[in-house]
Amino acid sequence: MKSSPTAVARLIKFLGSMNLAISLLMVVAIASIIGTILKQNQPYTDYEIKFGPFWFDIFKSLGLYDMYSAAWFLAILTFLLLSIATCVGRNTPGILRELRHFRENAQEKSLRAMKHQLSLSSELSSQDAHAMAQRILAAQGFKTRQKVADSHIVVAGMKGRANHWGYWFTHIGMIVILLGAGILDNGSLAIRIAEWEGKLKPETRTIPVAEVPAISQLPASNAAYRGSVDIPEGNRANVIFLPVRDGYLVQYLPFDVEVKDFRVEHYSTGMPKSFESDLVIHDKSEPKPLATTIAVNHPLVYKGIAIYQANFGDGGSEVKLRLYPFNNPQAAQNMDGKIFSDYNLTRDNKQYKLELNDFRLFNINDIEGPDGKTKKQNIGPSITFKVRDATGQAMEYQNYMSPIDIKGQRYLISGVRGTPAEPFRYLHIPLDPKGGIDRFMTFLSNIQNPELVKKSALATTQTSMQETAIQKPELENQVVESMVRLTNLFSSKGSEGVMQEITERFPENQRANAADAFMKVLNASLRALYLETLKQEGVTGEPSDADWQFFDDSIMAVDKISAYGSPWFLQMTSFKQIEASGLQITRSPGKPVVYFGSVMLAVGVFLLFYVAHRRIWVWITPRENNRSEVVVTGSSNRNQPEFDSYFNKLQGIFQQAMAQEVNHVRSTASD
Amino acid sequence: MSVPQQAIDSLIEQPNLFRQLKLADWLWAGIVLAAAALVFSRYGGNMDAYEIGILSLTTPGLIALGWYWKAIQPYALTVAAFSLLGIWLYGGDYGNAEKVFGLRFLFSSQSAVMWMSALFVMATVAYFGGLFTGSEFIQKTGSSLTWAALIMGLTGLMVRWYESYLIDPEFGHIPVSNLYEVFILFCLITGLLYLYYEGRYKNRALGGFVLLVISAAVGFLLWYSFERDADKILPLVPALKSYWMKIHVPANFVGYGSFALAAMTSVAYLLKTYGDPQGFITLRLPTLEMLDDITYKAIALGFAFFTIATILGAMWAAEAWGGYWSWDPKETWALIVWLNYAAWLHLRFSKGWRGAPMAWWAVVGLFVTLFAFLGVNMFLSGLHSYGEL
Ligand code: HEM
Repeated sequence: MKSSPTAVARLIKFLGSMNLAISLLMVVAIASIIGTILKQNQPYTDYEIKFGPFWFDIFKSLGLYDMYSAAWFLAILTFLLLSIATCVGRNTPGILRELRHFRENAQEKSLRAMKHQLSLSSELSSQDAHAMAQRILAAQGFKTRQKVADSHIVVAGMKGRANHWGYWFTHIGMIVILLGAGILDNGSLAIRIAEWEGKLKPETRTIPVAEVPAISQLPASNAAYRGSVDIPEGNRANVIFLPVRDGYLVQYLPFDVEVKDFRVEHYSTGMPKSFESDLVIHDKSEPKPLATTIAVNHPLVYKGIAIYQANFGDGGSEVKLRLYPFNNPQAAQNMDGKIFSDYNLTRDNKQYKLELNDFRLFNINDIEGPDGKTKKQNIGPSITFKVRDATGQAMEYQNYMSPIDIKGQRYLISGVRGTPAEPFRYLHIPLDPKGGIDRFMTFLSNIQNPELVKKSALATTQTSMQETAIQKPELENQVVESMVRLTNLFSSKGSEGVMQEITERFPENQRANAADAFMKVLNASLRALYLETLKQEGVTGEPSDADWQFFDDSIMAVDKISAYGSPWFLQMTSFKQIEASGLQITRSPGKPVVYFGSVMLAVGVFLLFYVAHRRIWVWITPRENNRSEVVVTGSSNRNQPEFDSYFNKLQGIFQQAMAQEVNHVRSTASD
Repeated sequence: MSVPQQAIDSLIEQPNLFRQLKLADWLWAGIVLAAAALVFSRYGGNMDAYEIGILSLTTPGLIALGWYWKAIQPYALTVAAFSLLGIWLYGGDYGNAEKVFGLRFLFSSQSAVMWMSALFVMATVAYFGGLFTGSEFIQKTGSSLTWAALIMGLTGLMVRWYESYLIDPEFGHIPVSNLYEVFILFCLITGLLYLYYEGRYKNRALGGFVLLVISAAVGFLLWYSFERDADKILPLVPALKSYWMKIHVPANFVGYGSFALAAMTSVAYLLKTYGDPQGFITLRLPTLEMLDDITYKAIALGFAFFTIATILGAMWAAEAWGGYWSWDPKETWALIVWLNYAAWLHLRFSKGWRGAPMAWWAVVGLFVTLFAFLGVNMFLSGLHSYGEL
């Protein structure tokens, strides 16, 4: 099909129009806002939760989750590109004329109509005046052209032509940038096209690289890409992952990257000072591998491919764990684990899965010191894991390896939560004087041991009965019986359980008293059992305050166990940390182009603003007896106020140099 | 010939730059060079290529600036003297900040910044006082107070720079790395830009308007340091350990400062346009042409520097994040600001728009800029790893 020239002309006029340009600038600006408010490239599930299925789909169809590579946004940018290009095309001829033509053929009328002018009659002959005019303008840095007619002479000068170069640099610079970034470096555009052609299909499952099908792979020859990969210390990789909407593509590299070691250096404050990785590049086309170290802000550029230290994480640390079943602490067992692996466990012939998720060497937390002020402090290694029951329900845990000192008493701390949304609730297990958790565990098993509970209940009631010298066997049995019941209730269901029983058995108005009584009884029994525990441990004599503090802490802990969710308390006894270095690897052939365009843009803008294109005309008419009449006029395309004062200065020079009498001056000079 | 020949020659021949310079100017150049040489001889060993590059560019830059705008000479020298005094008072012990009088009440960075804040607020009052009473003297006082504020502020930054090394050599860094520090920078640059135009146009009527923005910034600064003790000197996070930061941030703030200035001259413009033509404000404010001209010049300057700053930012991003452009919120908002003013310039320049609409736009522009500078850190999360509020 062919279109009539007028249509083309109209199209060009439209594309090159200033209105379109300005509208486009604003449209791009406003469109860009969306992507800053709606966080880009998050997991799609997050979006679904946030917006609900309805809006989720609408936003998805608008490509808002990866807006800046969405077709419509690229279209706008393309429009801007076309607009600038046409604009430059349209302005260039005019500008070339501006640059070339000194306008020495200007008509006297048009000169006399100009805003800035001086006209004087001079003693100098027209030749001398001509020479003088040339001298003055040359001294002022003007390039000049002459027109010598017999009726008059014109000296036309101009300077500051660089201003127009500024226009070219600015706008062509923009074009260069847009092309460099939008074509050469636009991996996502290439991917889009390949997807349309059906040559590519992002992978959405999380599966080993080896199993990723060819349709989700990109060859090492790919021109431009930007992706990332986590490589555990001591391992190597020859692929990176490119995020594409809710999936990813596997990009092969022309070499293997091996991470020998990853380091975090810390300041005295515990804040990280530097992240660095010792890398070895294994490149088949090279005789020997290249060993080097990268750090944040210090990437490696190898054969046009840049490798950056982006982040870090665990690379499958090896940990030794000790599992204490809460309902039979004596049956503790050891196991070896590896982060990112799952382990099947059984407890009371129920199936559980232990999923080790993360290991952290440092945990900088806000800790309340004795002075009551919270300050950042490293509380040592932690392990994060999930315990999933047969129904698939899981709780998440974060256990700290080393005990934490709170107001003089030391505890092992374990955080637990149902979903990542909630904060961790903490279980504090007090440490005994030996610094272990044996006393707590013994105490725990004692209060779960029916005979022992009954025995100590009997003992305590009898002693108290003798003291009060009451002889009522049935009352005695009653007390013992309730002691045992409450203790079992507490050790299995915690204070929750006890309260529940109270609410079931008593009417509203009696509950307070009942609770009182129950707690006394329960407390008596627990104390008895605690004393028993101390006895077993071989502690003789009156328990110290510390021992009673320990008792209170233990009760608090036991109370929480029922809601803790895991049938075990898991203690990390030792570890071998293996970190993974998160590398960002990019290939952007357009980078030099973009930088070149940027320099053009910057230079251009300064030329546009700070160089003014100025013209001066001197019109000399010979008069009788070797005098002449001189008209000086001028114009500038920038900074009128400055030109006003400049022209004033200039006309001063002309007057003194040539004038006999000044006929008249016109200038809007401010002074 | 009526005029003697050599007279004409001397009249016509453009006196070249160097012959226009006075002895003071050469003295100035000498001092700056000597200072640079001293710095290099003492610390050259610890400088990498980029820092040497920066030093060797700032030296002639500073000289030229002092030649172009003479007021810079006494300003820079006073700041240098005060800073050195502060450093000397420390005598290598950070503890002196509380002990030594001269530090506690004048030159420790915190106190110096407090002085700056107070002086800026006083200057604002003085300028407005001068505007209302029409008293030349009060307005002059405003200028002097502003200069004083600028001296204390820059001294504060300089001493802070030294303090950061004093606390722990590992912490040491140029103080343009967190919101507290860049706010001081903003106040300084905006103040200097204003004083430049004040001298250039020989008109003090706009002082109050511009200083109003600075006072607002000061207010934030104080809130920020008291509420969040943001004035605490902390080491740099790895992402900020880059020589790009040293030039990217200041360039950015020349942009922010100019845009703020333009917005305030526009406010004046609007007051004059809509205010009662016989009202004394209207009468005492500069002509609309002048206001328009200053606005244009400020926006042009801001745009030019903002262009450079954004480019530097891209180059830094290329080195820190692995891509010169990631559409990170901060980046994107820089682009938005930039496009906004590009549009403004086109309208004014190529379509010749003038007057109230453009003034309104310049005012709106300040809010866009403000969001790019603060809002992003407050409301949007991104890769930019400093200045979280
Ligand atoms: C992001 C894109 C653009 C940027 C950053 C940009 C930047 C600039 C700047 C800074 C100026 C100088 C204004 C002044 O001197 O006050 C300018 C002038 C100009 N721009 Fe653009 N521009 C862009 C796009 C366009 C487009 C699309 C057109 C086409 C209509 C255009 C046409 C012009 C024209 C005709 C001038 C006047 C030049 C002169 O006469 O010296 N610009 N541009």
